[in-house]
Amino acid sequence: MNRYPLWVNVLVLVVLLVGAIFALPNVYGDDPAIHITRSDGEPLTETALPQIEKTLTDADMPYLSVGLEEDAALVRFTDVPQQLRALDVIRDTYPAYVAALTLAPRLPGWLEALGLRPMNLGLDLRGGVYFLFQVDLDSAIQQFLNNYETDLRTQLREADIRNSLKIDGETLLVSIVNDDDLDRAEKIVNSLDDTGQLTNRLLITPTTVDGQRGFRIALTPELLKERQDFAIQQNTVTLRNRVNEFGVSEAVVQRQGLDRILVQLPGIQDPAQVERTLDATATLEYHLVDQDADPYQAAERGRAPLGDELHYDKAGTPILLRREVIVTGDQVTDATPGYDRGVPAVFVNLNPQGARRMLETTSKNVGRNMAVLFIEEKLEIVERDGKQVINTKTEETVISNATIQGVFSNRFQTSGSMTTFEAQDLALLLRAGALATPIVKVEERTIGPSLGQDNIEKGRLAVIVGFLAVVVFMALYYRVFGLIANLALFANVVLIIAALSMFGAALTLPGIAGIVLTVGMAVDANVLIFERIREELRNGNSPQASIRAGYEKAFSTIADANITTLIAAVVLFWFGTGPIQGFAVTLSIGIVTSMFTAIVGTRVVVNLVFGRRTQLRRLSIGGRISNAAA
Amino acid sequence: MQLLSQTTNFNFMGPRRGLMTFSVIIVLISLGSLAFRSLNFGIDFTGGVILEISFPNAVELEDVRADLTAAGYADALVQNFGSASDVLIRLPPPGENEEAQSVGNTVLDALADLNPNRPPLREEVVGSQVGSDLTEQGGLAMLFALIMIFGYVMLRFRWKFAAGAIIATVHDVVITVGFFSVLGLGFDLTVLAAVLAVIGYSLNDTIVVYDRIRENFRAMRRGTPEQIVNASINQTLSRTLITALTTVLVLVALLFLGGESVFGFSLALIVGIIVGTYSSIYVASAAALALEVSPADLMPPKREEVDDMP
Repeated sequence: MNRYPLWVNVLVLVVLLVGAIFALPNVYGDDPAIHITRSDGEPLTETALPQIEKTLTDADMPYLSVGLEEDAALVRFTDVPQQLRALDVIRDTYPAYVAALTLAPRLPGWLEALGLRPMNLGLDLRGGVYFLFQVDLDSAIQQFLNNYETDLRTQLREADIRNSLKIDGETLLVSIVNDDDLDRAEKIVNSLDDTGQLTNRLLITPTTVDGQRGFRIALTPELLKERQDFAIQQNTVTLRNRVNEFGVSEAVVQRQGLDRILVQLPGIQDPAQVERTLDATATLEYHLVDQDADPYQAAERGRAPLGDELHYDKAGTPILLRREVIVTGDQVTDATPGYDRGVPAVFVNLNPQGARRMLETTSKNVGRNMAVLFIEEKLEIVERDGKQVINTKTEETVISNATIQGVFSNRFQTSGSMTTFEAQDLALLLRAGALATPIVKVEERTIGPSLGQDNIEKGRLAVIVGFLAVVVFMALYYRVFGLIANLALFANVVLIIAALSMFGAALTLPGIAGIVLTVGMAVDANVLIFERIREELRNGNSPQASIRAGYEKAFSTIADANITTLIAAVVLFWFGTGPIQGFAVTLSIGIVTSMFTAIVGTRVVVNLVFGRRTQLRRLSIGGRISNAAA
Repeated sequence: MQLLSQTTNFNFMGPRRGLMTFSVIIVLISLGSLAFRSLNFGIDFTGGVILEISFPNAVELEDVRADLTAAGYADALVQNFGSASDVLIRLPPPGENEEAQSVGNTVLDALADLNPNRPPLREEVVGSQVGSDLTEQGGLAMLFALIMIFGYVMLRFRWKFAAGAIIATVHDVVITVGFFSVLGLGFDLTVLAAVLAVIGYSLNDTIVVYDRIRENFRAMRRGTPEQIVNASINQTLSRTLITALTTVLVLVALLFLGGESVFGFSLALIVGIIVGTYSSIYVASAAALALEVSPADLMPPKREEVDDMP
């Protein structure tokens, strides 16, 4: 007798059912669509939909449907050309909206209500642009050391100490001409690290430079890492802002490895155009606010009083700023969100020059307001006389306006009516406007949509043909047992698709190859078991005993064999990037699911078919061995 | 249906000296080819530019080359892919100061008289730094995978078997990569992934045989190690062949139907699986025999089983 306890049968059934539900969204396919949001971040409401419908109808644009999805409108189309033409119309009609190309899954309502989504398709399957940027970390460190160099030079000059300074890689070398000055110089050098923080940030050691005594100033490993992270983050934020500007939903901007940033824009075709957009730069300026004049009056007149500039904040409120710039973005060395006595705040660090200017200003202006002006240079492409021309457009926004509470210099915080989220946002913008670390594009890939479609079709065909070949072979070779293995194989593919959909992993062409390979290898576990059962039968054991022994004896072999393959797949995931990771993911998932379906899954079916028959004389497992049963 | 008669009893270990020599020769040829011919690395590794451009009609590759030479791309590699109207162009990596973004458009402009379709089907620009990083990472990945697997097999089987498994795996990897070198086939990122998958597959296969050897060492007290290894290989032979067959079946489907971009991947795996199947029979077991395995090398370190030994 071979019977599983009820809970095992129920478990297998539940896993398969859940898997089937998660895999189901992939059956429906998707529509080319346009995703519309408001550029100010406010949610789009029901009322905007009839407007959009009317715009499209008036422009004679066929569409499938217009609907609300979370805070955005979604317009579906039957084909891509329709979608592209409509995009131009919508962008022209609604400058206050951000319209983006996307693929909208054609899900029935109840699946959508469950929050289920189909697998994402990788760039190689749906077309798009991929960039890899490298951040120049060396120059980030150089810039940072430059600050110390300038500061030290000024201070030593003021103290009348003759010296020479030199930046050597990641260290700053100070040599003092007269040995008599050494003690005084040491005090000044040590004061560089006097930031009011508990831990040392600089490593200062006495040394000899070119025959002269002096000091060697190096960044602590923590500070070094902090500067590098800052440089990466800053560029990531800047790139992300640019990419959002571009209006592509599902765009990816993420750090990769130590010093690289990856940008993926599905659906975009012209890399040159994207790059021009990404190349824009941002900076910021601290200004005093003119609180004596009326900004609303100035806004009405369109002219600022003498010595002032008229600006607006994100909400469109006018603000008058004094013309003089206190501190510029390249003097900001860091900006981090945090809490000041329980209230969300942003902590800003300035370099020595900036600190001195800030000290001068704040000591005279306690109680007045200071604002941060964020300046973005955007490149936009305009049609002029039928030719595309690149225009530079400067956008200036006041991102912070706060009262000066006291005198401060190199480190201060901005707090007040801010939520935690707003504090994070402000810190990110301050970073984006700080002195930019140069980035270089090191890789670029563009895949046309037709090639992507072609890849999908070929991949699908290969999976189906390969799958059928294996299914036919198994059925012929192992008869009923082969059919059971085929059920397991089918369940395995469903589970892989379910897992990919669940994790939101992107399916790439190598990913499809991983599925194909798994299909081939998944039957291995069943082959091991079935060969073992045949062997047991040949040795004269009863069918029931053979089934039990076959499954038991094959188990440790299957586990060993699969674990080694899993090790290879995990290593592949670790070292690989992009498409290789896609392959590693499907292979790993496939190994795990195949062990479940091939061992537990088939046993459940085998037990149900054969397990209760005490008089079982022969097994339909192929080969001329069935009569050998004693 | 049955692939083999009920029980095979081939003397696999008999001709092992001759076959070992054969393996050594093939490995040497592979290594020699890798040393002197190297691999036909794709732009993933070398850096460079790949453009796939389709034309409304069939074009002469000579015309494309002439246009490119005129535009200053004398090093361009031009070939057809798929059909006579689709052309693949490969260029060396753009220099430090060169605007990489403009390569695609510059090339399309240079080909304007042939009226190419815009935008290109595919455009890839890989900086040489990325390429050399990748080569390093790929090598590291392979080394790391081997070390991890060696550790696992040590844990499960003791070192003589781990050594046998690693010898067999290195054998498979060298021959698979050597195959690409000898024939000058393009070696890109997907082929590297396939080679790593070969490591997994080949080990899988070897372990199945080892598992049976271990079992038989315990069960068959009488035979010499050679006889026991032989019996083990025979008992697992039909499984070894059937698994290889089903996996190769799907890979053949992928090779012929999956399109250009997975061709190298499928081919590498097919070669790797064929070599891996051979090596798990001959190389892995013969290596273990050459290292003079005995039952003591197999027993997991459990008290009661040690007491059991004769």
